[in-house]
Amino acid sequence: MRDTITPGISAGRGAAVALAGLEKSYERVGAVNGVSLDIRSGEFLTLLGPSGSGKTTTLMMIAGFETPTKGDIAIDGTSVVAMPPHKRNIGMVFQNYALFPHLTVAENIGFPLKQRGVPKVERTKLVGEALELVHLPGYGGRYPRQLSGGQQQRVALARAIVFQPRLLLMDEPLGALDKQLRENLQLEMRRLHADLGITFIYVTHDQEEALTMSDRIAVMNEGLVAQVGSPEDLYDRPTSRFVAGFIGESNFLPATVRAMENDVVVAECQGATIRALCPSGQASGDKVTLTTRPERLRFADTLNGSAETYNRIAVTVTEAVFAGERCRYMLQAADGTVIVLKEPSSAAIRRRAVGERAEIAWSVADTILV
Amino acid sequence: MKAVRFFPSSLVGLILLFLAFPIVVVFAVSFSSANYLTFPPPALSLKWYRVYFSAENWLAPTWLSIWVAACTVVLSTFLGTLAALGIARLPRPLKILVSGLVLSPLIVPVIVVSIGVYYAFSKYGLVGKPIALVLAHTSLAVPFVVTSVTATLAGLDPRLEQAALSLGATPRGTFFQVTLPLIRPGVLVGALFAFITSFDELIVALFLSGQGAVTLPRRMWEDLRYAIDPTIAAVSTLTIVFTAVLLGIAHVLRKRAEQNRTMAS
Amino acid sequence: MSELAQSPGRLAPALSMDSRRIVPILLVAPLVIYMVVLYALPVASMLLRSVDEPTWSLDHYRDLMSDTVFFNTLVNTLYTAVIVTFGSLVLGYPVALALVRTKKMAPVILVIVLLPFWTSVLVRSYAWMVLLGRHGLINEALLSSGLIERPLRLLNTPLAVYIGMIHILLPYMILPVANALRQIDPSLARAASGLGSPPWKTFLQVTLPLSVPGVAAGALLVFVLSLGFYITPAMLGGPRDITLSMLIANQVDQLNWAYAACLSAVLLATALIIIVACRRLPGIGNAFKMSAR
Repeated sequence: MRDTITPGISAGRGAAVALAGLEKSYERVGAVNGVSLDIRSGEFLTLLGPSGSGKTTTLMMIAGFETPTKGDIAIDGTSVVAMPPHKRNIGMVFQNYALFPHLTVAENIGFPLKQRGVPKVERTKLVGEALELVHLPGYGGRYPRQLSGGQQQRVALARAIVFQPRLLLMDEPLGALDKQLRENLQLEMRRLHADLGITFIYVTHDQEEALTMSDRIAVMNEGLVAQVGSPEDLYDRPTSRFVAGFIGESNFLPATVRAMENDVVVAECQGATIRALCPSGQASGDKVTLTTRPERLRFADTLNGSAETYNRIAVTVTEAVFAGERCRYMLQAADGTVIVLKEPSSAAIRRRAVGERAEIAWSVADTILV
Repeated sequence: MKAVRFFPSSLVGLILLFLAFPIVVVFAVSFSSANYLTFPPPALSLKWYRVYFSAENWLAPTWLSIWVAACTVVLSTFLGTLAALGIARLPRPLKILVSGLVLSPLIVPVIVVSIGVYYAFSKYGLVGKPIALVLAHTSLAVPFVVTSVTATLAGLDPRLEQAALSLGATPRGTFFQVTLPLIRPGVLVGALFAFITSFDELIVALFLSGQGAVTLPRRMWEDLRYAIDPTIAAVSTLTIVFTAVLLGIAHVLRKRAEQNRTMAS
Repeated sequence: MSELAQSPGRLAPALSMDSRRIVPILLVAPLVIYMVVLYALPVASMLLRSVDEPTWSLDHYRDLMSDTVFFNTLVNTLYTAVIVTFGSLVLGYPVALALVRTKKMAPVILVIVLLPFWTSVLVRSYAWMVLLGRHGLINEALLSSGLIERPLRLLNTPLAVYIGMIHILLPYMILPVANALRQIDPSLARAASGLGSPPWKTFLQVTLPLSVPGVAAGALLVFVLSLGFYITPAMLGGPRDITLSMLIANQVDQLNWAYAACLSAVLLATALIIIVACRRLPGIGNAFKMSAR
């Protein structure tokens, strides 16, 4: 077994990470219960989930600060489970930045280079380049306490990449910042990822952040990966109720299966015939749940499309809220199920009144069986 | 917001006077020209200071006390800092046990410790040797070092060590480059208190100093029992000033440690 | 993927787990060994003299029961401790309150409390000798104002011991009480005022009860420390005002080791019993950290 990770196995500048059957439990309480994931070289992968889902624990195992109770982690083909964290050559950014308070910004960024025996002249050059990369030129002489939160985060980033790791781990790095700053830094991180070409593994509980930044997202819940896919995959084709509910907003419609046509299931719902995509090709059992996104629903009288591609049901309006960009309606279906509909607000569109009866329609392609 | 005060400030002032006054008195007496203990002093004079600085039998104990205290500091700081670092990482039952042992000198009556140590040391002929004082004082001083370093460690962000490791520092490197510099203020404060503890220590010294290792407190004690002259006041004043300076340094160090902990938002 | 990844049941190797357990033990070992050998064992072996001389027996303790000197000394020690604790409480509480309530004067008060705290007991006891002596300040002031004709005998009395000990132990009461007071939510007192409660009532019904944990911690600390006092009673007390510590020292001087060991055991046991009994009181932990300043 090799002592450190040497690059070269994967093409490209980013490391490929393979998680196989990872488990971690503390005194019989399972934090991670069997995570298997293949992270491709150079991709931006986000571990997304609510607190307690095991995403941070998984990250800590990749970093080496937690030891798995079962399973293996391989980076560029080499198993690292037995390797202590200081030999793994991984960059890491923490939520509270963890900058060394007794060192200047330059000394902080130069720290990993110093550990690797990089001579001082070379160090100074690389530190300068890193500072340029994160848009903080000339800040080298300051101390962390003299910087704002956003600046500290950028120094933390610079420090984590200056030694050219093939893998960068980030544990909710933007959590402590306000919204505006967060959005700016999200864009900067995407740009940095594109520039560097290395693999980013990012942990967050904020689904909007995940959707904005990631190449792929692994949604985690209760120590397991619920679904892995691109943001579009997860948004348009959730495979479980949890994912449908966690990412974006979803309506859940109970239905009874009547027939299967290839990968479309025909079901009865609210007294109407509804078609839904069923990627797995089979619907188990009779009673199922169909899901659809609120913004994909329309009031039927605003549409002009053919019946086969649209599902329609009758509803009554129970609430109408104007929220700037959109109007948000709470509707009640025949059996009492609450449905949310979001439509862009426009002076040209008539606003529905509470108590009004209407028919809503939406594309079959936007209906998924979960 | 007006403070809801209950006790009149004159009462508090009197009590504070009670606290401060005796010290002031000692100061005053040390500058007295009288040959015996009297207050207020008839005239001002530096003669007792001159007596002190010219008397070998005052200066020798002073040097010995400084020397013993310095050795105590080295030993207790070394042992205590290591122990504090270890205690922080021990599992809870062991942590309580070890803390209990290490901090017990604060609770156990000094006389009991003194005669216990005297009993054991006299069997090895250590009475009257400065090394005996150093060995005994170290046990008494260690609780201060451990408490101070432990408090500093508690304020240390554990992620800093993780960050260092993730950046390629070995555990040993992490300790010397990150942990040690950040706990240094706590170690120094502990060292200062260890010094003061040893320098002022009397009861153990009464038993262990014998004839060959007379410390300053022991010398003062004997002077008080047998001949009360204001030289003691001069010595006392000097030790008070010395203590105050050390406390001032400790205060500055603590403030510096605070700085390292607070980050700009 | 490496072939190792296909063995999901493989645990992480023992080395990294163990080093996390061994390192702390290695770190505390030097001090623990030091203190056991040079502190705990000496004290223990000395205490053993109370039961193993001349043979294994509890005779010495039995003799202690009927020893009037011991009994009187114990009573005196306990009595002194009670008075000193009470006195420190009465004098210390107002200062603690002031420390917490005033913003401007707080640093000044703190210095006045802490500086004597760090001055050696010897020096402070000496200061009281100066004040209370026949030609000391108090007598000189009283004489010159004509209130008395001859100097009062203030020194070498129990009163002098109480005053001296209270003076030395006052900070040990003030700091824990101040700590407890600081943690009382100020809006509680304001709410009481707003509801019409006069200051004295607010104090008695809101502040005082909430400060009890700090008071208990301070009282415990002062009491236990008083039990072991030697220097102050020796310097300020009269020939009949003997504390347990003084008796122990005296017996050691006379080489009555068994007797001294018995007395030490009693003193230590008394202190430990009180501490253990009050262990559950909140704020005790802080009080002992206080005594490490």
